Amino acid sequence: MHQVPSVRTYVLVWLTLTIMTFVTYYVAQIELGEWNIVVALLIAFFKMMLVILIFMNVKAESPLTKLFVGAGFFWMVLLLGQVAIDYISRTWMPEGKMW
Amino acid sequence: MSTVLQDPQTVETPNYLNAEYGWKSWLFTKDHKRIAILYIISITVMFVLGGIFAGLIRVELLTPQGDLVNSDTYNKFFTMHGIIMVFFFLIPSIPATLGNFFVPMMIGAKDLAFPRINLLSWYIYIVGAAFALTAIVMGGVDTGWTFYTPFSSTFSNTFVITAACGVFIAGFSSILTGLNFIVTIHKMRAPGMTWGRLPLFVWANYATSLIQVLGTPVVAITLALVGLERAFHIGIFDPAIGGDPILFQHMFWFYSHPAVYIMILPGMGVISELVSCFSRKAVFGYSFVAASSIGIAVIGFLVWGHHMFVTGMSMYASLYFSLLSFLVAVPSAIKVFNWTATMFRGSISYDTPMLYAFGFIGLFTIGGLTGLFLATLAVDVHVTDTYFVVAHFHYVMVGGMVLAYMGGLHFWWPKITGRLYPEGWAKFSALLVFVGFNLTFFPQFIAGYLGQPRRYHAYAPEFQVYNVMSTAGASVLAVGYIIPFIYFMWSLKFGPIAGNNPWKAKGLEWETTSPPPTYNFETPPIVTEEAYAYAAHKEDHGG
Amino acid sequence: MADTHGAVAEHNPNLRHHFDDMEQQFDSATLGMWVFLLTEIMFFGGMFCAYMIYRSTYPGAFASTSAHMNPLWGATNTAVLIVSSLSMALAVRAARLGQQKALQLLLLVTIFFGLCFLGVKAIEYHEHWVDNKVPLIAGHWDYSNTEESPNQAQYAKQAQILFCFYFFMTGFHAVHMIVGVVLMLTIFMMARKGKFNSTYFTPVEISGLYWHFVDIVWIFLFPLLYLIGRTKKLI
Repeated sequence: MHQVPSVRTYVLVWLTLTIMTFVTYYVAQIELGEWNIVVALLIAFFKMMLVILIFMNVKAESPLTKLFVGAGFFWMVLLLGQVAIDYISRTWMPEGKMW
Repeated sequence: MSTVLQDPQTVETPNYLNAEYGWKSWLFTKDHKRIAILYIISITVMFVLGGIFAGLIRVELLTPQGDLVNSDTYNKFFTMHGIIMVFFFLIPSIPATLGNFFVPMMIGAKDLAFPRINLLSWYIYIVGAAFALTAIVMGGVDTGWTFYTPFSSTFSNTFVITAACGVFIAGFSSILTGLNFIVTIHKMRAPGMTWGRLPLFVWANYATSLIQVLGTPVVAITLALVGLERAFHIGIFDPAIGGDPILFQHMFWFYSHPAVYIMILPGMGVISELVSCFSRKAVFGYSFVAASSIGIAVIGFLVWGHHMFVTGMSMYASLYFSLLSFLVAVPSAIKVFNWTATMFRGSISYDTPMLYAFGFIGLFTIGGLTGLFLATLAVDVHVTDTYFVVAHFHYVMVGGMVLAYMGGLHFWWPKITGRLYPEGWAKFSALLVFVGFNLTFFPQFIAGYLGQPRRYHAYAPEFQVYNVMSTAGASVLAVGYIIPFIYFMWSLKFGPIAGNNPWKAKGLEWETTSPPPTYNFETPPIVTEEAYAYAAHKEDHGG
Repeated sequence: MADTHGAVAEHNPNLRHHFDDMEQQFDSATLGMWVFLLTEIMFFGGMFCAYMIYRSTYPGAFASTSAHMNPLWGATNTAVLIVSSLSMALAVRAARLGQQKALQLLLLVTIFFGLCFLGVKAIEYHEHWVDNKVPLIAGHWDYSNTEESPNQAQYAKQAQILFCFYFFMTGFHAVHMIVGVVLMLTIFMMARKGKFNSTYFTPVEISGLYWHFVDIVWIFLFPLLYLIGRTKKLI
């Protein structure tokens, strides 16, 4: 079946994930305004990709598996994005409020 | 026991029906064919129950006044009719019955990828149905099958949580079926069965499974939130305490619109099979039909806002959803054109399954076109929440989906049971269904356009003539459903023996015995020809 | 029954009869688990969607809600889950290599950290209960006497909604963790009976996928629920 990643690879990924957790924690205490949430989500996204590609071994999987993984996240984006279209575009009308 | 009809030369071959006897062999089976039969029985029961509620609705609507029942009770009628028909009949119908039976056979596999999960999905369905039935028996639900908040979450005094539990649980049955089909179709095709040779019924079930897997969890969490709100009196969707009822509708319809494609896509798959067999021709534009199934599945997730045009959604979002709703009609139209082209210069025979296919193509076209009226923002403001909408979705669901199911049942009945149904009675019933259906639902287009609102137990007197026609049609339609039930049952014991391929159809399922053996094929098939490899010249199909 | 999978020599005793070979069985199981995880993405996605709308609508109330979380517990739990993912990945690796003792040990480590996570959650929920912050219980969540901010009362109902989301999201996540721990216990029992070897370790592999997924959900929950408004004063 597939090639088995080395223990070293796994430990390195774990170290990176732990460090990124600290980073998330401390950056959250720095005032960045709107960017706080962006940074937090970006870091979380990066951690997720590490878990998926290495821990879940998707890097070595078939294109079909990769397609399914991608589709899953794409569909969640479809849900969040299209709902957001409604709320955000309400403010484009005069007197329009998001809420 | 009639000895006249038993052919002494017919030795009953070992098949999935006589492999084992006894209730345990059915309730603990792993055979996809037996599970399909369990589903057929279950959804037929639910269809009858949903039909009874429909009958009650139509009886009340014979007169303009709300004189049979009060409005609260009437609300329960249409709610239970909707919940049962949508979640416990239409969503499982073709995938769990004909799909379960034939997808593995059509790809040359011995069973689905996960037989025990298949059985589990049936048990989960039964538990969900039990919850729904409990809600009915305890007094019913009156929120509409759409569970709109804050009525469902705060104000309704009926058994919302019980019913929502039933739907939640049935959703898992749907998810597991879809999961099973996806893995099976990817991984268990016989040698030579490439994606480009798959029967279109398999493509249709694959697309359906994608929707089931991606959409159902969202309605599950939505109903869970409604239940939690109701149980703990918090305000997630209650505007009085800062909740957002529009958010509920977004999350609900994110699933429930694709859900209608779960309902119709397998039916379209059946029609592809019927049209090709009874025209003795390969389906015209095979790749377009296959791609359109996937296209409908994907675009179907981009249109749900058309249920919310008048609710307070932003105008720009409405424009977006309206445009995409027009777009989603295109793949459906592609199918209709391709089926028509298939029939052109084909050798048409008018057996019952083909009659249902004809009915489907015509009625689905009407239903689909009226969907475009509804997708048009300006028209929708006028006809939304009227009987126009009711007529539209019954044209696609009943005129489309139920006719496809009947056509498929008739087509594959000989394979499933080894018996033929009586063709004369079958044609007569198909005619009754067609006439009854149109008489029931066409007047509703008119009444709705003229202004009769839906979900009201009383209406203005000028609409009565349409309602009377509708109720009369419903009676005819009911007879059209009862007769097949009778002759199908009759055929089990007294129908002529079918033989392997009474329709002389192409497809792996026809190359094994009727009924098939437990592991489907004596030797695993190897596929060398394209799908629908009917001869180029006309031939008599006998049968 | 006729031996359709071949008179050809040995077949793995773990091969189910409707499959042609072990590779097809393994690939099917893995794809099946991924499809299931897809449904889980959409399930949690629905909650993230509702959270997204309410958070953007009530930013102030939400920040005040986040102030009632203990980010140290949240960060600890994040670290705990991450290390449990490491032990899980190593366990799957051990299974592939047929290392029975390592597999069992690593499974136990994973279970241990999973239980740690649940323990910390229990402590947190208890603290919320003690602080009268459980929005589902009448009598809790009374902002009228708070000194934290003069406008707090205005946010009371909104904050209650958002605290509900905290409980629902972490609650559903915790349920998935419990399922995961039970799953790992089952896998551990099977490993102890010697059910796995280098030709058959499918249950370990697919349970591992599930475990990592539950970890990923938490990776997102932690910043979104615990770390908001850590910089701002409460309005």
